[in-house]
Amino acid sequence: MSERGETLAIAKGVSKSFDAGRIRVLDGVSLKVHAGEMIALWGASGSGKSTLLHLLGGLDVPDQGELTVCGLDPRSEAHRLELRRHRIGFVFQLHNLIPDLTVEENLRVPALAIGRTAQATRARIDALVEEVGLGPRLSHRIQDLSGGERQRTAICRALMNEPRLLLADEPTGSLDELTGATVFAWMKRLAEKHGVAVVLATHERRFAEACHRIVRVRDGRLEEIAG
Amino acid sequence: MRVLSLACTNLRRHRWRAFIGIAGIAFGVAAMLTILAIVTGAIGMFQRILASDSHYLVFERNVSDLFFSSVTREQVALIRARPEVAAAHPVLFGIVSAPDHPVITCFGVERDDPRLAKAEWRAGRREDFGVREGEIFLGSRAAEFLRAATGDTIAIGRGTFRVGGVFKTENGFEDGGVFLPLDVAQAFFSRGSAASVVLVQLRDENRGAEFKRALEAQEPGVIALENREFNASYNSFKILNFTAWAVGICAFCLGGLGVANTMLLSVFTRIREIAVLRVCGFSRSQVAGLIFGEAAALAAAGVVSGFAIGYALLAVLQRVPRFQGYVQAVIDPLVLSGIVVTAFVTAAGGAIYPARFASRIEPAEALRYE
Repeated sequence: MSERGETLAIAKGVSKSFDAGRIRVLDGVSLKVHAGEMIALWGASGSGKSTLLHLLGGLDVPDQGELTVCGLDPRSEAHRLELRRHRIGFVFQLHNLIPDLTVEENLRVPALAIGRTAQATRARIDALVEEVGLGPRLSHRIQDLSGGERQRTAICRALMNEPRLLLADEPTGSLDELTGATVFAWMKRLAEKHGVAVVLATHERRFAEACHRIVRVRDGRLEEIAG
Repeated sequence: MRVLSLACTNLRRHRWRAFIGIAGIAFGVAAMLTILAIVTGAIGMFQRILASDSHYLVFERNVSDLFFSSVTREQVALIRARPEVAAAHPVLFGIVSAPDHPVITCFGVERDDPRLAKAEWRAGRREDFGVREGEIFLGSRAAEFLRAATGDTIAIGRGTFRVGGVFKTENGFEDGGVFLPLDVAQAFFSRGSAASVVLVQLRDENRGAEFKRALEAQEPGVIALENREFNASYNSFKILNFTAWAVGICAFCLGGLGVANTMLLSVFTRIREIAVLRVCGFSRSQVAGLIFGEAAALAAAGVVSGFAIGYALLAVLQRVPRFQGYVQAVIDPLVLSGIVVTAFVTAAGGAIYPARFASRIEPAEALRYE
């Protein structure tokens, strides 16, 4: 990516520890995320990828350093809520859809959180499921879907409230090679089409290489190796 | 999909758990409905005994229960002599036992008492009341459970009487009672010339206050109360009502614990799911609202089921031969509203801790460790 768009997230010297400071997961990391780009956080399990995603998505707060996401300060509870509602979409390794609900009901959850009208919700669901080919599965319950369909549903749910940044934590980690590749392709296509920046945590080199930038995460530190 | 719809969906997903919560509330509602309906009915029956064609009740001042009240013959005569009074009917209440029947209410009345005139006489004649010595008259239900017919001799308390007639009255207490001429009842219960209460019919209802003032000035030992005033102030009614509400509320407390348990279990097993809701943009208050919504849905289902159980129970009780007549359930709309409010307050109370717990779930932490 030669020209970078607006800066969506800036992390400067961000640190995060757990267990009363005994486990330092992120150690003064800095990162910029620009609109429209796809960044791979590449590293082994336990390297700090998920923690960085949680900080960027307002699920957690840093112990030290400066962090701004979409112009908001994730240290503030209100800003974190605003981030999760309107600016950020999350995709997890284990889809984290609500079992027993249908695909449609799961997609309605983010819209419910922001009080979107029924009409607008319907239109958004129709548009998203058509793009990922989930239309015929709309009334199916999550347990009746395949792994790939579940992950596609999770991606649609993450995009429901038209976020600017999609944070994907090993979204292909629980899928077989072929399905993983398909889901990754869907995600990339949707992100490009909707102009959403993606930060993808992965330990698989092939997916990292398909991103605009690769940032290696090792021992709580970041190292840009491609981009 | 609204939050309440999501709440109902959540309950549907955990049917048995929801059923236990609903059952807790339903039993509370049914218990309260049944007890209150029976107590209200019983109070109503007693009120109708007293209010029969009268405007005022006169009884002994500062007495805890009408069964202990004594209004003397002289006081009755004074009442009758008042210019405001059209008629005054003394009644003596007594309790006796008979073989297999520990409690039978006795009514000592004069032969011109209006309830005898209004009764439907099944056997014997009203004109014979108090004419022949040693005769008593039975309400139709009393005749049934005492297995007595006109002309039979029955033992009641320490006396033996001949049944002079049987009549049916609308009032369950009266219909299950034994009627004696007032003087016979006074002798039987060793009450001298006393009546328990005097039912006063005024010539002009608007002169009630004047009658009350004059009578109480003349006879400070008695008190005259309008029926409405009596109903509101009679201690036994208050105690009955209080007991009914207390028992009902205890039943609800158990129901509330059931809801709390159901909701806690529901929250503890859905920590990850609640974390996902937070990730999807649910605020803490929306999560709490969802839990309260689930509790409200439980309460609504519990109220509907509880009313169904309660009404069915009352219908059965009213048909049980042993209770027939005594159980005249009266369901006051205000009581129904009170039950509904209590059910929802109980459910909301039971949901406070689970909702607080759920709203404090930190998504990152829950997703990290689950």
